[in-house]
Amino acid sequence: MDLNLQELNQTEFPVPAELENNIAITSLSQLYNWGRRNSMWPMLFGLACCAIEMIATAASRFDFSRFGFEVMRATPRQADLMIVSGTVTKKMVVPIVRLYNQMPEPKYVLAMGACASGGGPFKEGYNVVSGMDKYLPVDVYVPGCPPTPQALLYGMIALQRKIDGQSIANGDDVPWYGVSSAEPTPVPVLGPDIIDPRQMDMIRRQAETAAADMPSLGVRELPAATQLVAAKVAADTTTVADATPISEDALSFVLPSGGAPWAEAEDIREKRRLRALARKALRASRRAAVAEEE
Amino acid sequence: MDQPGLAPEKQLDATTVEEAIAYLRNEYADAVTLDDREGYGGVIIESKRLVEVARAIRDGLGFDYLSSATAVDYLGAGDHLEMVYHAYRTSGGGALVFKAQTDRERAEIPSLVSVWRGADFQEREAWDLMGIRFMGHPNLKRILMWEGFHGHPLRKDWREAYYEEDQKPFDNRWPGGQVYRVEERNVFGKNVTYPPDIDLGRLMDNSETAVYQSLGLGVDVERIMDKDGFETNELVVNMGPHHPSTHGVFRMVLTVDGETVTSLEPVMGYLHRNHEKIGERNTYLHNIPFTDRLDYISSMGNNHGYVLAVEQLMSLGRKYNPPTYRCEALRVMMVELSRIVNHLWAIGFWLNDIGAFFTPVLYFVQERERILDFFEAVAGSRMMCNYMRFGGLFGDLPERLKSVSNLTNDRVRDYNTMQFLTEMINERIPRTIDELERLLTQNEILIERSVGVGVLTREDAINYSAAGPLLRGSGVAYDIRRADPYSIYPELDFDVAVEDEGDMYARYRVRVSELRESVRILKQILPRLEATAGESIWADGKPGAYAPRVPHGEAYGRVENGKGELGYYVVSAGGRGGSANPWRYHVRAPSFINLTPMGIMSRGYKVADIVGILGSIDIVLGETDR
Repeated sequence: MDLNLQELNQTEFPVPAELENNIAITSLSQLYNWGRRNSMWPMLFGLACCAIEMIATAASRFDFSRFGFEVMRATPRQADLMIVSGTVTKKMVVPIVRLYNQMPEPKYVLAMGACASGGGPFKEGYNVVSGMDKYLPVDVYVPGCPPTPQALLYGMIALQRKIDGQSIANGDDVPWYGVSSAEPTPVPVLGPDIIDPRQMDMIRRQAETAAADMPSLGVRELPAATQLVAAKVAADTTTVADATPISEDALSFVLPSGGAPWAEAEDIREKRRLRALARKALRASRRAAVAEEE
Repeated sequence: MDQPGLAPEKQLDATTVEEAIAYLRNEYADAVTLDDREGYGGVIIESKRLVEVARAIRDGLGFDYLSSATAVDYLGAGDHLEMVYHAYRTSGGGALVFKAQTDRERAEIPSLVSVWRGADFQEREAWDLMGIRFMGHPNLKRILMWEGFHGHPLRKDWREAYYEEDQKPFDNRWPGGQVYRVEERNVFGKNVTYPPDIDLGRLMDNSETAVYQSLGLGVDVERIMDKDGFETNELVVNMGPHHPSTHGVFRMVLTVDGETVTSLEPVMGYLHRNHEKIGERNTYLHNIPFTDRLDYISSMGNNHGYVLAVEQLMSLGRKYNPPTYRCEALRVMMVELSRIVNHLWAIGFWLNDIGAFFTPVLYFVQERERILDFFEAVAGSRMMCNYMRFGGLFGDLPERLKSVSNLTNDRVRDYNTMQFLTEMINERIPRTIDELERLLTQNEILIERSVGVGVLTREDAINYSAAGPLLRGSGVAYDIRRADPYSIYPELDFDVAVEDEGDMYARYRVRVSELRESVRILKQILPRLEATAGESIWADGKPGAYAPRVPHGEAYGRVENGKGELGYYVVSAGGRGGSANPWRYHVRAPSFINLTPMGIMSRGYKVADIVGILGSIDIVLGETDR
C-alpha cells in the first residue's frame, strides 16, 4: 500500500481549518516502510543469463528506477537488495555468501530465474547449487528462464509489498533493531566438494558410516519411493522400528540423529507457532492494560 | 625436399587436407596412422612423437591455427582417453584433425603449448575435467573447478551427486505413481558427494592459495602477501569475481608495480555449470535449448553451430534431408540479427569500461529491444530462442507480429512481418550505426583511450588461437563465413572486416564494419525470403523426428559467431540405427580461448586499461565457463 495524501488528510482528529491539507496522520511503521520500499538499491551484481535481463530491466525501456530501485551499487555496503541473477555455482557461492554478509541490514534477497530459485536446467550439474536458498534466506522468487523484465519488475513490486507488511513494532520483522547483532552466515568451504559449515556434524557422521560399510562415494542407494513414503508415515506415527520394511542401513540417512528430519522440522514449526501465539497473547494483554489505564 | 605423393610444383602448405594426411603418413610412417573408425576422419599420432609431428603440421604443412583441442573418454570402446585437435590454415580451407591416445589409468600426453600457445587453457581444461596430464605444460592446474576438487568429472565413470542414469530420458520420472526429488537420493540432501575417506578434522580450503601458486606470476606471492615485509613496489590485486567491469563472474589476479600491470592471470570457472556433462546425458534435441545459454547474448548463433554439427553426423546416415533454401535463409537472417545485437552490446559495454558509463548502452539497448521483440514474436522467447532444429527450424515467420509482452511503450503490435523487417533492416539499424559512428568513431577521448592500448600482434593472435574480432583486429582476415563457408554464405556478397593495428580501437572498428556488413547481408536476405514465401522450411514438408537417431561418427561444426569461432565437437557412439544421445559433446568457446592472450595483451598497461582491454575482447561468461 502506498501513502495516499487524500486519505491521510481525512483524519478522525480535529484539525484547525487553516491547517487542513497540511497535516497528515499515519503510523510510524507505514512512514518508515514507505521510505524504505521506495529506495531499495540493488547490488550491481550479475551471475549469468538473467543478469542480461536484469540490465534490460534497468535500461531505457523498462527502467526500474520508476519503482524506487533507484541506482545499482557496485559495493555491497551500499546495497539493500541482492538480486541473485543466474546460476549459483559451488565456486561462486563462496563469494556470494561473503557479499551477503557485507551488506548492511535491512537486506533482502531476490532469487531471479529458475537457477537461482532451484537449480533450473543446470540443477543436475556437479558444480551447481540447487537454489540460492540452500545458503541464504530468499525473500522473493521470480520464475522464468530468464524471467522477462516485466516478471522481474513484478517480483520487485512483490518485495515492496512484503516490506509494507513488516511492522516496526514487531521484533521479528525488524531484527536489526535488536540488542544482539546478527550472526553472519557461515561461508562455505571448498574441499573435495563444497562443505556447508552448518552441516559439518552430519557430513562427519555420514562419511564415517560410508567409510565403514560402503566404500563408494558416500552416497547410498535410496529405498524405492514407495518405501520412502512408508518411512514417512512410520516416522509420523513414531513406530519406525517395526512398521518399516527398510533396512537399518538405508534408514541412517532418513534418521540422521535418531529422529526423522521431517519430524524435527515439524517440531521446530510447532515451537515457532507456540512462540508466535505467546507473543500475540502478550501483545494483546499489553494493549488491554493500556486500554484499562486510559 | 622430396614430397611424396605430391605434384612437384605444389607447395607443401598449399596442399589439400587429403594430400596433407598422405604426406604425414609417408613422412612419419611409424608414428601416424589413419583413423579408420566408422564415421571418423583424420590421423592418430603416436603420443611420444606428437610434438614433433605437430610442429611439422604447423610449419611444414602450414596449419598454423589450432582451433580446438579436447579430450574424449572412450570407456568401453577401447578404454582409452583421446585428445582431438583441429588445426586450420588462416588462409582458409578445411581442418586437419589429429588425435593422440593414452591409457585411462596413467593418462599422459605431451603438451602442445610449445607449438600453439592457444592449447594452454584447453589442455588445462582437459586436465581438470578428464584427468589427462600434459607433460611439459607450464602451468597444469585446474581451470574450471577449484584445486582440491574430488575427481575428473567428464570421465564416463565419474558420477555427479544427482546422478540418475547414464542417458535421458530417465525412466524413473514417475515410478509407481510416486514422484520424488533427486535430492532425496542424496544423503546430504544437497548436490554434493564426498570421498569415503574424507577427514573433516584436517580439512583445508586451499582453493585460494592454489590460485595464487598456480598463477605463474613470476613473483614470490608469499613474500608480497607477507604483512611484515618491506616490499611495497609490487602488489597483488584481485579484480572479480564480483566486479562491475568483468562482464559477469570473471576474475583477474594482477600484480601491479605502481599502477602498471606487470602480470595478469585470468581465473575462471565461477559460472561452470557443467554444460558438457549434462549435454552427454541429454538427447540431441535436448541440447538445443542448452546451447542458448552458452553465449546468452546471441543464442541464434549458438543454435546454428550445434545444428550444423549434428546435421554433419546425420548426413552420414541414409535418411537425411538437408534443410531447404528458405530454412537456410531464415537461419542466416536470425544469426545476422544476433550478430548485430552482440556487437551493439559489446561496443556499449566496452564504452562502459573505458568510462562512458551507461549512456551509450541505453541507446544500444533500445535497438536491441526491437530485435528481441521480433525474436519473441517468432520464436517465443526474447533471449533463449531455441529456434533451430536438425534439418529445419522451430517454425516459419508468422504473417503478422503480435507482441506477447503488451507493454504500453510497445511499438510492435500487430505489424506485418515483412514490413517490420524491411523497415528495421533498411532504416532503423543503419540509422543506429550511423549515430554510433558519428558520436564515437572520431571521438577524441575514445581515440585517446583506445589507440595503441592492448596490442596483440598478428603472429600472437594466430598462435594464441584468438578468434573473431580479436583475430581480425590484428590483421588476419579470417572469417569462417568466407574461409570455410557454410549455409548460404557463399552466394552472399559481403566483405571480411579487418584492421591491422591490433589495439582496442582496431577491434572497435572491426565491430562497426561487421555491423555494416551484417546489414548488407540482411538486405540480400529480404528478397530471398520474399521469393521463397510459402515454401516449407522442412525438406519433406513436415518437422523432423523428435528424437533423431544419429549415426556413428564424429563431427566438428563451427560458425562465425559474434564473439568468434564457435565450434561443437560431437561424437556419436551409435551402433546400428544410430544413438539418441551424444557420447561426447564439446563446445569450442571463443570467449574461453580468446582469454588465453589476455596476459600478454595487458602487460605494461595501467589498471584502468585492463578493464577496457577485457571489454574489447568481448567475453560472455556462460560460454567461457560453460
